[in-house]
Amino acid sequence: MALVVDVLSWICLLGGGLFLLIGALGVLRLPDFYTRLHAVSICDTLGAGLVLVGLMLQGGLSLVTVKLLLMFYFMIFTGPTAVHALAEAALQGKLKPVVDECEPQ
Amino acid sequence: MEHLIDIVLLGLLMITGFAIVRIRSLLAVAMLTSIYSLLSAALFVVLDAVDVALTEAAIGAGISTILMLATVALTSDEEKAPRHTPLLPLFVVFATGTALIYGTLDMPHYGDPAAPIHQHVAQAYLHDTPKEIGVPNVVTSVLASYRGYDTLGEVTVILSAGAGVLALLGYRTRRRNSRGPGNRKLVVLRIIAKLFLPLILLFALYVLFHGDYGPGGGFQAGVIFATGFILYALAFGLGNAQRVIPHRLLRILMAVGVLIYAAVGIESMLLGGKFLEYRVLADDPVTGQHLGIMLIEVGVSITVTAVMLIIYYGFVSRQHSGDM
Repeated sequence: MALVVDVLSWICLLGGGLFLLIGALGVLRLPDFYTRLHAVSICDTLGAGLVLVGLMLQGGLSLVTVKLLLMFYFMIFTGPTAVHALAEAALQGKLKPVVDECEPQ
Repeated sequence: MEHLIDIVLLGLLMITGFAIVRIRSLLAVAMLTSIYSLLSAALFVVLDAVDVALTEAAIGAGISTILMLATVALTSDEEKAPRHTPLLPLFVVFATGTALIYGTLDMPHYGDPAAPIHQHVAQAYLHDTPKEIGVPNVVTSVLASYRGYDTLGEVTVILSAGAGVLALLGYRTRRRNSRGPGNRKLVVLRIIAKLFLPLILLFALYVLFHGDYGPGGGFQAGVIFATGFILYALAFGLGNAQRVIPHRLLRILMAVGVLIYAAVGIESMLLGGKFLEYRVLADDPVTGQHLGIMLIEVGVSITVTAVMLIIYYGFVSRQHSGDM
């Protein structure tokens, strides 16, 4: 049982790390502000979320897990809100998204 | 392992420092300063100074970033190119840095038990706190009880800083009560702010009243309170925030906090003790200490909240169109 929990938690931790890496790559490589925001939101929700779930599995039934759960809820709510607010501000600041030039007529 | 974390954090701090110097966009610099504060907070956690880390995270990464952004919004967000060659400043910085590094050579090693700082009063504080004051968090007992005079001085400094900003920036009431641009567009932000505002205020109360047992205390709680109200002002506009806490009230509260602190001191004098000697406040000395610490922490948090909000109001009320 302990082994199963351990393996699950490591899957979550490594998966979270992978998503954080993907998000960071996206921030560096994607072409414009809005697509980069998309990459950031992956870091915020999936990356940090999976890391927190992994840590919760490591913590077991204890006060630490409750605190991590609170952090998890906090991240789930604030991350997308912050990204949304950024995108909204950019739209209001008349920042045009980059669109593919050879899109079908 | 701990060394590795130290090296990574210090390396990131150095990179952030260089980036702050090199980047000309002041908005980016404000955000980088916030990252710098967050990294230092993490470093403080590694050093087991959680009280300081909490303060640094709340003030450095939280409020001061907002105040810097508000300042940038009032001026230009582009740094002007320097008019002189930077050779003389470079020399001054280099000389000062060399002198400082030379000075560290004489300092005791980190964690050295024979260092003067561990030999002086620290041992007495650590040894006497459980029986004299009876709080688990020694930082709180040193800050609020053993060094009560210093903390009173610090709160007075915060009060005078707030008064200084008030004198310099003043406060402009608006003719039109703006509700912020694009009511409809802020809907997500507003719902989330409404959802989290009670939690933030609750957390501030927790930090305030749990300061005896865990990290936290009046300063941190005051800053968290202020962030809650600033979040409200950001989402709902300054006009609505002022209906919740008017500027007039803040000016009074700013002084009330310091007065509560000093009144606790005078009360203990009236009861036959010395200034800020809490143990005379109740029949049992330990209960008296608890009561005194609690009261002055409340005073500290009131002053800190009021000063932070006054500075924020001062900056934001000067913006014509913006609704920071």
